Amino acid sequence: MSENENAIVLNGVHKWFGDFHVLRDINLTVSQGERVVICGPSGSGKSTVVRCINSLEKHQKGEIIVDGTKLTHTRKSVAQIRSEVGMVFQQFNLFPHLTVLENLTLGPIKARGLSPADANERAMRYLERVHIPEQAQKKPGQLSGGQQQRVAIARSLCMEPKIMLFDEPTSALDPEMISEVLDVMVELAEEGMTMIVVTHEMGFARKAANTMVFMDNGEIVETGTPDVFFDAPKTDRCRRFLQQILQH
Amino acid sequence: MRQSITIGIKWLLGLAAILAVSGCSDANLKWYVVSPFTESGRVNLKFLIEGTWNTLFMSFLALLISIVVGLLIAIPGIARNKPLRATNYVYVELVRSIPLLPLILWVYYGLPEIAGIQLDYFWAGVFALALSDSAFEAEIFRAGIQSVPKGQTEAASTVGLNYFQNMRYIVLPQAIRRILPALGNQFAYMVKMSALVSVIGLQELTRRANELIVTEYRALEIYTILIVEYLVIILIIGQGVRWLERKMGSEESDSRSS
Repeated sequence: MSENENAIVLNGVHKWFGDFHVLRDINLTVSQGERVVICGPSGSGKSTVVRCINSLEKHQKGEIIVDGTKLTHTRKSVAQIRSEVGMVFQQFNLFPHLTVLENLTLGPIKARGLSPADANERAMRYLERVHIPEQAQKKPGQLSGGQQQRVAIARSLCMEPKIMLFDEPTSALDPEMISEVLDVMVELAEEGMTMIVVTHEMGFARKAANTMVFMDNGEIVETGTPDVFFDAPKTDRCRRFLQQILQH
Repeated sequence: MRQSITIGIKWLLGLAAILAVSGCSDANLKWYVVSPFTESGRVNLKFLIEGTWNTLFMSFLALLISIVVGLLIAIPGIARNKPLRATNYVYVELVRSIPLLPLILWVYYGLPEIAGIQLDYFWAGVFALALSDSAFEAEIFRAGIQSVPKGQTEAASTVGLNYFQNMRYIVLPQAIRRILPALGNQFAYMVKMSALVSVIGLQELTRRANELIVTEYRALEIYTILIVEYLVIILIIGQGVRWLERKMGSEESDSRSS
C-alpha cells in the first residue's frame, strides 16, 4: 500500500438506532497523517461516527474503508481494521483488576503473540512516551483521571496502530488534568499519527488539527481548515455553536 | 478472625441459655446420650460427627459442578442470539422450579428406570444438588457478568482480544469479585439442603442423627447436636468467604477510590 493512500474513507454512511436516524449520509476522507477534529452539540452523532469506524457500532448503509480494508462486519474485516486502529474512550475503560503494565501488555501478548519480555519492554517504552513510567505497577484506581487517560493512550499505542481515534478524551477529566492529556495528544500529532478526535477543546484543535468537522443532527454540516473554520464559519449553525463554546 | 470467634462464642452461649431454660422445664433431658464424659456418649458423638465428611464433600463437589454448569448456562443467557438466550431461559426456569426433595428421589429412583443409570447414594446426592443449584448459579453469573460495564468489553475488543479472551481475562475476573458473597450464600445453602439427601440413605449428618434417635429415643438432644454441627460448618464457611472477599476486595476498592 502506498504512503499517500487514504487512511479512512466514509462513503454515504447511514445509521439508525431503532427509528432514530443518528447518522445521515456521512462522507469523510482522512488521508495518512491527517488530524481531523470533530465537534458538534451532544447527540449530533460525532461519537457514533468514531465508534462505527472500528465497528463498536454497526453502520447500516454506505461503506467504511480503513487503510484499504472495507468494513463488512465479518469477523475477519473487523479484526483486520481493529488491528490498525487504536481507540481512546471518554471513560478511559482501563481494566481495574490489572496493573497499569498488565493493562498495556494484555493485548500485545494475547492478541499479537508477543513474549511477555518483549511486551513489557514495549509497554515501558510507551509509558515513557506518556510520561508516567513510574506508575507501571499500580492499579488504575490509584491514578488520577489524567494519568488514567494517558495510560489508556499508551495501551492503544502498544498495539502499534496506524490510526488513533479519540472519543471525547478529556470530557470526564477535572480541568487541571486536561492539559496533561492534550499535551500527549499534541506530541502524537507532531509525530505524524493519523488521528480523528471528537472534542470540544478548541485550543487543541487550533494547535493540532488539519481539518475541522462540525456535525449537527447526524449530518456533517461544515468542514474546513481550522483557520477558516474558526474565523469565518460558513453556516449559521456552526457559528452559533462556536459562539456558545467559546463564550467563556 | 477474632471477630468470628466472638460470633461463634455468642451463638454457643445463646444456645446454652436456651438449653438451661429448657432444663428447668418439665422436659426430662438426658444429655448423657451425647455427653463427651461417658463412654456411650462418646461413641454416639463420634457416630454423629463422622457424617460431616459426607455432608461437606458432597456439598463441595456439588458446588464445584454447579459453578461450572452454571457458568456454561449463563453465557448463552447474555448472547445476542435469541435461540441461545431461550436455551438459558428454559433451563433456568425449569430446573429452579423443581423442588430439591422430589429431584433427589427422582434421580435416585427414577434414573435407573428411564436411563439405566443407578447412582449410589453419594453421587445421586451430588448430582441432584448440583443440578438444582446450577440454575441459581447461572442467574448469579449472568448478573455478575452483566454488572461489568460495557466499556470493559469494548476496550478489550479494541486491543484485539476475542470473545473468549475477553471473558477469561477481563469480564469473569471482575464478575467473580462481585458475585463472591452470593456464591458464599449458595454454598451455605447447599450444605443445609444436603440434609435432604438423608432420605435416600446417605450417611451424612442428618441421616446419622435419625439413625441414632432410632436406637436412643432422644430426639431433642440429638437434633440439638445436629443443629450445632451445621452451625459450626456454616460459620466456618462464612468466615472463609469473608476472608476471600477481603483478599480480592482490596483490589476492587482501589478501582473505586478514583
